[in-house]
Amino acid sequence: MSPHHRRTLVVVGHGMVGHRFVQAAIERGLTETHDVVVVGEEARPAYDRVALTSFFEVGAEALSLLPEGEYDDPRVRLLLGRAVTGFDPGSRTLLLDDGHVIRYDELVLATGAAPFVPPVPGHDLTGAFVYRTIEDLEAIRDAAAGARVGAVIGGGLLGLEAAKALADLGLETHVVEMAPRLMAVQVDDAGGACLRRHVEGLGLTVHTGAMTTAVLGQERVTGLAMEVDGGLEARSARTSTSVDADLVVFSAGIRPRDALARAAGLDLAERGGVLVDAQCRTSDPHVWAIGECAAPGGRMYGLVAPGYAMAEVAVDALLGGDGAFTGADLSTKLKLMGVDVASFGDAFATTEGALELVYADAVAGVYKKLVVSDDGTRLLGGVLVGDASAYGVLRPMLATPTSAGLPLPANPEELILPVTSGGSGGLVLPDEAQVCSCNDVTKADIVAAAAAGETTRAGSTCGSCKSLTKKLIEDYFESVGKVVDRSLCEHFALTRQELFEVVAIHEHTTYDAVLAAHGTGGRGCDVCKPAVASILASRLGGHHVLDAAHVTIQDTNDAYLANIQRNGTYSVVPRIPGGEVTPEGLIVIGEVARDFGLYTKITGGQRIDLFGARMEELPAIWRRLVDAGFESGHAYGKSLRTVKSCVGSTWCRYGVQDSTQLAIDLELRYRGLRSPHKLKGGVSGCARECAEARGKDFGVIATEKGWNLYVGGNGGATPVHARLLVGDLDTETLVRYLDRFLMYYVRTADRLQRTAPWVDSLDGGLERVRAVVVDDVLGLGSELEAAMERHVGGYFDEWKATLDDPDKLRRFVSFVNAPDVPDPHITFREERGQSVPGEPTGPVSLGASIPVGAP
Amino acid sequence: MTTEQQTYVAVCRLDDLTRESGVLALVAGEAVAVFRTHDDQVHALSGYDPIGGACVLARGIVGTRGGVPYVASPLHKQGYDLRTGRCLDDPEVSVPTYDATVRDGVVLVTPGARGA
Ligand code: SRM
Ligand SMILES: Cc1cc2nc3c(=O)[nH]c(=O)nc-3n(C[C@H](O)[C@H](O)[C@H](O)COP(=O)(O)OP(=O)(O)OC[C@H]3O[C@@H](n4cnc5c(N)ncnc54)[C@H](O)[C@@H]3O)c2cc1C
Ligand code: SF4
Ligand code: FES
Repeated sequence: MSPHHRRTLVVVGHGMVGHRFVQAAIERGLTETHDVVVVGEEARPAYDRVALTSFFEVGAEALSLLPEGEYDDPRVRLLLGRAVTGFDPGSRTLLLDDGHVIRYDELVLATGAAPFVPPVPGHDLTGAFVYRTIEDLEAIRDAAAGARVGAVIGGGLLGLEAAKALADLGLETHVVEMAPRLMAVQVDDAGGACLRRHVEGLGLTVHTGAMTTAVLGQERVTGLAMEVDGGLEARSARTSTSVDADLVVFSAGIRPRDALARAAGLDLAERGGVLVDAQCRTSDPHVWAIGECAAPGGRMYGLVAPGYAMAEVAVDALLGGDGAFTGADLSTKLKLMGVDVASFGDAFATTEGALELVYADAVAGVYKKLVVSDDGTRLLGGVLVGDASAYGVLRPMLATPTSAGLPLPANPEELILPVTSGGSGGLVLPDEAQVCSCNDVTKADIVAAAAAGETTRAGSTCGSCKSLTKKLIEDYFESVGKVVDRSLCEHFALTRQELFEVVAIHEHTTYDAVLAAHGTGGRGCDVCKPAVASILASRLGGHHVLDAAHVTIQDTNDAYLANIQRNGTYSVVPRIPGGEVTPEGLIVIGEVARDFGLYTKITGGQRIDLFGARMEELPAIWRRLVDAGFESGHAYGKSLRTVKSCVGSTWCRYGVQDSTQLAIDLELRYRGLRSPHKLKGGVSGCARECAEARGKDFGVIATEKGWNLYVGGNGGATPVHARLLVGDLDTETLVRYLDRFLMYYVRTADRLQRTAPWVDSLDGGLERVRAVVVDDVLGLGSELEAAMERHVGGYFDEWKATLDDPDKLRRFVSFVNAPDVPDPHITFREERGQSVPGEPTGPVSLGASIPVGAP
Repeated sequence: MTTEQQTYVAVCRLDDLTRESGVLALVAGEAVAVFRTHDDQVHALSGYDPIGGACVLARGIVGTRGGVPYVASPLHKQGYDLRTGRCLDDPEVSVPTYDATVRDGVVLVTPGARGA
């Protein structure tokens, strides 16, 4: 087609599917022949609605699917904040709400769905919300600030997600579900009961068999009225009851937004949705519909994966291809409130002759069910609650109307038994197995991409396939001989976390014992020795890193309790908790620096670093500092560095809490704590955040009501903002949660893994951290607190202890046989009035005439 | 016997050199790092880290890599074979070695690098 005959394609709706359509149109060359105009009613470009709830933690920007705000193809025009109010298939024009008319050659409807709000009295009171857009969540967050109790109508997948969000916003939360169990569409009675125990364990109140009859209140919501089933004994007795609530969220299902098509006279499906054929074409040949507004073959899909498939099919059809949408896998796997839930295939065993295999562990809160064919050779469906780790291997086995699935192994129950008692372990997936259902990526696609050094979209949408994808990539690299060894080093076939556990279980107290019991041969190296040193230091109270049993395994900075510099000298960093220092303290530091000729600099961590100390001078320098009341700042250790403060309410006209005091208290509490990587904290006195607390591993920001606790931030090579763990805490609870958070990190992180990547590496990410630290789902809370108490109780200043111990001081000499001769390799020059390292000299000989002391 | 006394410089007592660690000694004016491995072998290398450009090797972590006894430089962790001075991370680099031995509980080093 000549460029003079460019055609116009209009996409209505810039949601997840509309966006995918445009991406595919650009990638596959549709924009070579078509100008694309996208009209979106929401004010912002498409965003990840699947991850909507994380808005509360990461904010709107992080969710954006088009962070640049425009496509980098100039033939695509994005009109946002404008709705299409109607179109006329006869003249192929459409009308915008601002009065503009656009002529189209092809029209793609991607208008999505809208939450269904049952028409009960009071449904439109102030304080009643739905849960679909970022604006909805902003409104809910604002309303929650002045509210105490929230109720969610609907105990399905989205309802539970909304309920968790309300609970996280600090509301006492009720879930009201009409069906007799939670997630009635996906799980069976036993699975629902298991899920309910988890949900109630998090402190939410669940009402099942409860029909909302009215939202109570005059102008504002004050509560809910409902009718509740009497239960088994009294099946006739339905009782009326009510709960108080300051806000209500409707999550009672969705309805396709098919009004435009209806008004234009297009065919609709019986149960709603724009009726389309297998190519996503509507009853008008120039109008297409994709995503949640569409009903291919009369059926509407409330998930993103089928929508993405429709987007690809429609682009293909517009390019003249013959791709078809043939239905979709409605399997669901998600993490609700830190609980794994998966449901797939014929979860309710409706197939003739189907058999059920059930594994339940009420104590652990695990329920797993497989539905298999009558001869036991085919997997028809299943439900997993509490532990869905088997989902990855089960899904490709699933027999569906369009695929026979993989044959089941001889003992299918093995697939759901806990791994320790047999379990699914090393099952081999065939190439065509679909690993990512959101983006239709098979194992073969992933392996091919890995081989080409590329990536696929697998894992980028709901994330449930991430671990399997990662495993496949690792397996691939292993198969071509690249070592993706997760073991610490050649001496230990264990990760740091595993090593931590074996050290704890066997109560090892020395490196040699650990090496003898768990090593794979050899004497250890500069990787495992410091790692074990850190583990032992975290575990053993009253332990000095320079004790004879430990000194040779310390990392080389710890081994001299100072940071080595390029010329072999050391820096000295006294602790200055919270950055607060007296004039006398400053004077002492100044005098010491002057007397030893040390270069002096204010660090990025609100304290003072003295550089250029010869190793043998360290004890004398520290003698002066310790006598003046200073102690080690652990700048050399993988341990707590600083807790940065702002002046807070004591001085600042904006401050709402005493942030300096808290920063000092936290720094003193966690000083000396050895950890997988260094740790930094910050405390700001108000939301202006002058202490940059969100750039720290743990950050605290004062609020009117207390403290917000953020975790997992850092500056450095890959900056990340810390994310809100919990809000409005009193100081005591804050410290308790921090104790737990830090100890959990110390125990489970990898070597040299800072908190941000550690949080991301946990299955469930920040949710998991919250479940463990705040909700205490593992029941580890008091143990972690006790471990921290032991650390706090056992703390002593390691520099003072070194000065008091002649054995430890012996190592601080220039030459073992000539302690009075300074190392001639160290030279200085002057820069800006202070001394700095001179150029490297190469090996220097002093000549044989220097007198040497006898041994 | 007199020749032998001239040949060796006494560095320290073996008991004062912790297993799997090093000390820096002044041997005829040169800075020599002397190490004791877990099996009580002693090795002597130039103390100067040629990559880092500082005299720090004596302060490195001592262990084995693929069975080779080595020290890791405290500056950037390159490993050096304690027996040969060969850098395990860069075949172009090596450090001079010295003869070292233990006699009557005393660690002795021969002045002058091997092969120099
Ligand atoms: C002295 C100081 C720079 C300065 O002149 O201000 C400094 C100096 C060093 N930094 Fe830093 N960092 C200093 C603040 C920072 C900051 C700013 C802050 O803390 O607010 C950051 C970014 C924030 C963060 O860590 O999240 C920072 C990010 C790093 C990193 C990158 C960490 C990362 O996760 O990517 C390293 C490398 C590492 O730790 O592996 C590093 C490592 C180092 C080391 C320890 C490198 C080394 O092993 O020799 C430097 C020697 C310190 C010494 O000799 O005392 N330093 N370093 C600062 C000392 C702060 C203190 O009082 O303890
Ligand atoms: C909280 C939540 C969690 C979810 N979790 C999952 C999950 O885990 N897995 C999963 O598969 N799915 C999940 N979903 C569903 C998933 O988000 C949807 O399937 C997906 O967003 C559908 O994409 P869409 O483009 O069809 O619709 P949408 O993303 O809703 O986009 C439609 C867009 O069209 C706009 N629009 C409508 N009418 C007009 C008009 N007349 N003019 C201009 N613009 C218009 C709308 O404003 C909207 O922006 C979840 C949904 C929510 C709300
Ligand atoms: S964070 Fe707030 S209280 Fe602290 S100094 Fe800044 S403005 Fe003041
Ligand atoms: S299955 Fe959802 S991202 Fe892969």
